[in-house]
Amino acid sequence: MKTKEFLFKYITLAAASLSILFLMGIILSIFKEGLPLFNDINFSDFIFGRKWHPTDEPADLGIFPLISGSIFVTLGALLVGVPLGVGSAIYLSEIASTNVREALKPFIEILAGIPSVIYGLFGMAVLAPLVRKLFNVPTGLNLFSASIILGIMIIPIISSLSEDALSAVSKELREASLALGANRIETIFKVVLPAASSGVISSIILGFGRAIGETMVVLMVSGGAAMLPKSIFSPVRPMTSAIASEMGEAVNGSQHFQALYGIAIVLFLITFLSSLLMQWFAGRENRE
Amino acid sequence: MKELIKVRDLNLHFKELHVLKSINMEIYDKTVTSVIGPSGCGKSTYLRCFNRMNDLKDAAIDGEIILDEENIYSRATDVTSLRMKVGMVFQKPNPFPKSIFENTAFGLKIQGKMKGSEIEGRVEQSLRDVWLWDEVKDRLKDSAMSLSGGQQQRLCMARALATNPEIILLDEPTSALDPRSTNKIEELCVELKKEVTILIVTHNIAQAARISDYTAFLYLGELVEYGETKLMFTVPKDKKTEEYISGKFG
Repeated sequence: MKTKEFLFKYITLAAASLSILFLMGIILSIFKEGLPLFNDINFSDFIFGRKWHPTDEPADLGIFPLISGSIFVTLGALLVGVPLGVGSAIYLSEIASTNVREALKPFIEILAGIPSVIYGLFGMAVLAPLVRKLFNVPTGLNLFSASIILGIMIIPIISSLSEDALSAVSKELREASLALGANRIETIFKVVLPAASSGVISSIILGFGRAIGETMVVLMVSGGAAMLPKSIFSPVRPMTSAIASEMGEAVNGSQHFQALYGIAIVLFLITFLSSLLMQWFAGRENRE
Repeated sequence: MKELIKVRDLNLHFKELHVLKSINMEIYDKTVTSVIGPSGCGKSTYLRCFNRMNDLKDAAIDGEIILDEENIYSRATDVTSLRMKVGMVFQKPNPFPKSIFENTAFGLKIQGKMKGSEIEGRVEQSLRDVWLWDEVKDRLKDSAMSLSGGQQQRLCMARALATNPEIILLDEPTSALDPRSTNKIEELCVELKKEVTILIVTHNIAQAARISDYTAFLYLGELVEYGETKLMFTVPKDKKTEEYISGKFG
């Protein structure tokens, strides 16, 4: 029996440690491939350079257009996803009857399970032509369309985590608010939401991380132009999209290849910071 | 003694369950009235009738509760202003996870009639009323969660007092507190009745005897006996009352 327990303990420990190993492996490999780039060009030229012409001779390796593509698309996604996600969480947790809640929740969960390539298809086939006609723009594959699709994609993430946070607010707090003369809406906005703010904020950060890291949708819908967007209807090329579409053409070990790894490093740092921030917010509840 | 509230033939059903049965009683102005009775007798439900907190639970209520010449269950009643006139303190201290100041000012801000400086004045007054001012005056911006359980409960009382209610309802306010904090709340009730009428539900018979002027004994949803505390605890009229206050059941 003892041996069995011993074995079991170390097998599960090995399983748990593997994820640390994978994380380390990934970090090491992107830094190993990406860092040599900065022997040739300096880091701030890379980040703030306005031109991305990686195949020119000599190449322009400024990823500022790609970073801004990612950031604008993600902000746009949050503009769509946060009100809808938090709004649906408020409805499900505070307003809907038990029956309605149980009927609606599976739909939101299914939305979370749809492969991103299907979102991309929907964006290309339905949304993009619609946007082109409605706003009379040269292409419907642009920042605006990508933001909407990504925004819809992150609704379930924001909604389900926010709903958990709202539902965790005690009945006593709601009653205290109502007993002081607040109505249901005042109670939601002045008591329940503030009390659940840590959870709601971490759900938004998780949505942010998901949106900025999403590749397939932006590859299919954002239009792919590596330029600073002039309007919300400009095509853009977010960082993920650049890596995915150019890696196949870049010669192994070339400057272009290294620069794509450099983009991966930047992307990794952004998502790493956002998960740190999220854990800080999630932990704040327990500390208070 | 002036009557502040008249309860007339009050019945309450939760679906099939007949929880309160034809209750008639008067609550006198500037007194402490306690409601006692064994667990499940309906005393908390009864208390929640006075600020219509049972509305939330789909309770069917008939009969009248008359406050200021008006039946609070009439269609014309505005529940928000009713709840400003009838404050409530709950069993477990439930301050909002906000600052001490924001907790106390909550009702006033909902009401939205006062200017900032007036609110500050009312907050100070309410905190003084519950003997909390000296303990918190230098840290009004701190989270209410940093206070002890007893302080939190007094803050909840201050929060209920801030809108200047005519009556406050206390639902077993000391059951989650240590003996010293309990003492303080009891003394506070006796002091506060100069300003405001108090209706308190308690499972602690000795507490009812110590602090209340009038006592109502509720059993299985019926008001078995109601009268001056002194009389009820010396010469109870009903046999059930006698058995309950002498600890034969509960």
